[in-house]
Amino acid sequence: MSATWPAIRIIVNGAQREVSVPPMKRLLDVLREDLHLTGAKEGCGEGECGSCTVRMDGELVNSCLVPVLQAEGARVETVEGLARDGEMHPLQQAFLACGGAQCGICTPGMLMAAAHLLEHNPHPALAEIREGLSGNLCRCTGFIRIFESVIAAASQTEQTRHAG
Amino acid sequence: MRGNAEAHQMVAPGTLAGVLELIAGEPGAWTPIAGGTELMVAHAAGRLPASRLVSLWGIADLCFIASRAEGIVIGAGATFTDIRNHDGVAADLPLLARAATWIGSIANQSRATIGGNLVNGSPAADSSPALLVYDAEVELISVRGKRLIPYRAFHTGYKRNALAPDELLYAIHIPRRFAGHRQYLRKVGTRRAMAVAKVALGATALIENGIIGELRLAAASLAPFPARLYCTEDSLCGKRIDTASIRAARATLLAEVLPIDDIRSTAEYRRRVAANLLEEFLTELQNTERPQ
Repeated sequence: MSATWPAIRIIVNGAQREVSVPPMKRLLDVLREDLHLTGAKEGCGEGECGSCTVRMDGELVNSCLVPVLQAEGARVETVEGLARDGEMHPLQQAFLACGGAQCGICTPGMLMAAAHLLEHNPHPALAEIREGLSGNLCRCTGFIRIFESVIAAASQTEQTRHAG
Repeated sequence: MRGNAEAHQMVAPGTLAGVLELIAGEPGAWTPIAGGTELMVAHAAGRLPASRLVSLWGIADLCFIASRAEGIVIGAGATFTDIRNHDGVAADLPLLARAATWIGSIANQSRATIGGNLVNGSPAADSSPALLVYDAEVELISVRGKRLIPYRAFHTGYKRNALAPDELLYAIHIPRRFAGHRQYLRKVGTRRAMAVAKVALGATALIENGIIGELRLAAASLAPFPARLYCTEDSLCGKRIDTASIRAARATLLAEVLPIDDIRSTAEYRRRVAANLLEEFLTELQNTERPQ
């Protein structure tokens, strides 16, 4: 079908983007197919596994459950936006150092959920990390190394702050 | 079978008045969609029957939590993140605040709205037992005006409710008068997050001189829709809590509930757990009322 769809504008990782797609197209599919940002993954496709997690207007969302029309005018942040000027985000460094990533399918969602958690709670207790990541499933690591990665990133951020 | 986005029309009028006019023009033709945590799951699986959807997401007139003298009014568009972060809800409606933290995960709570939770009408809806034992009212709106009905009369059958085809759920009114009541809410699921309730039980009780003066009990996943347990309430009102009254209440509850076997649990497990939850609440009451 070659219907012409109205333009939908979204601010993705700080850049204004415009797509002409069906309004019920999932934000996940728009990110991956139309904007070629393939960091967010499709796992379950029903909001249970968190592998498609992105942030929308500062809130954590499962992009598989967002019809793109509802993202019109929104600020969307994906895992591709975490690194700055070629420098990995402290969470990305910590996941590497602590073995928080194995097969990698859950990792983009884990990173976004962890970044969201640390933004609101820079020094979370283990129970708070468990809750913050409870919507993100990992089938490789057993979660412990992921929790250790978040703890390491939080302490690194603290050291950076003290050094600064 | 994957859903096809091109098969669905979707509009976003952006204002409450715009949505109401649209659905009044063709009653029943448009399916409202708020945070999409239910409808988008059906869409992904290719089983969303609605061909025309109208978005309620971000409509300012629906996104509010207002503290008033008599209670708290929550707009249908308030998300569970809004609810769990609201100081007034935490202070005055602790059962609702707790239920908000149980819904899905952080990423679901930021999208799922309380209005969607009620209109979707799942028998397992997480916010329902708290709203039922707080004796909430729901405010419905259409171009014809607003009307207020008890929430306990909102669900009329499995996934059916009292909304007319041109109406939306506008707000939930929750009175503050339960502050002096003993309150209880427990959900039993497979895990703490991301689990649909196998069983949930909520309760508010006013104890006067060791006697149950007022009691409200409400359950999820024990009937085709979230509902009060009126027979069990009646069996306890005016009674002192003791071994005999607890045993009798368990028997009444087991006769009153209508659980089913499904993918998440069995009817027999649900019945036994529900009775155990009731006994847990009553035992808590008994222990705190017992003379020191």
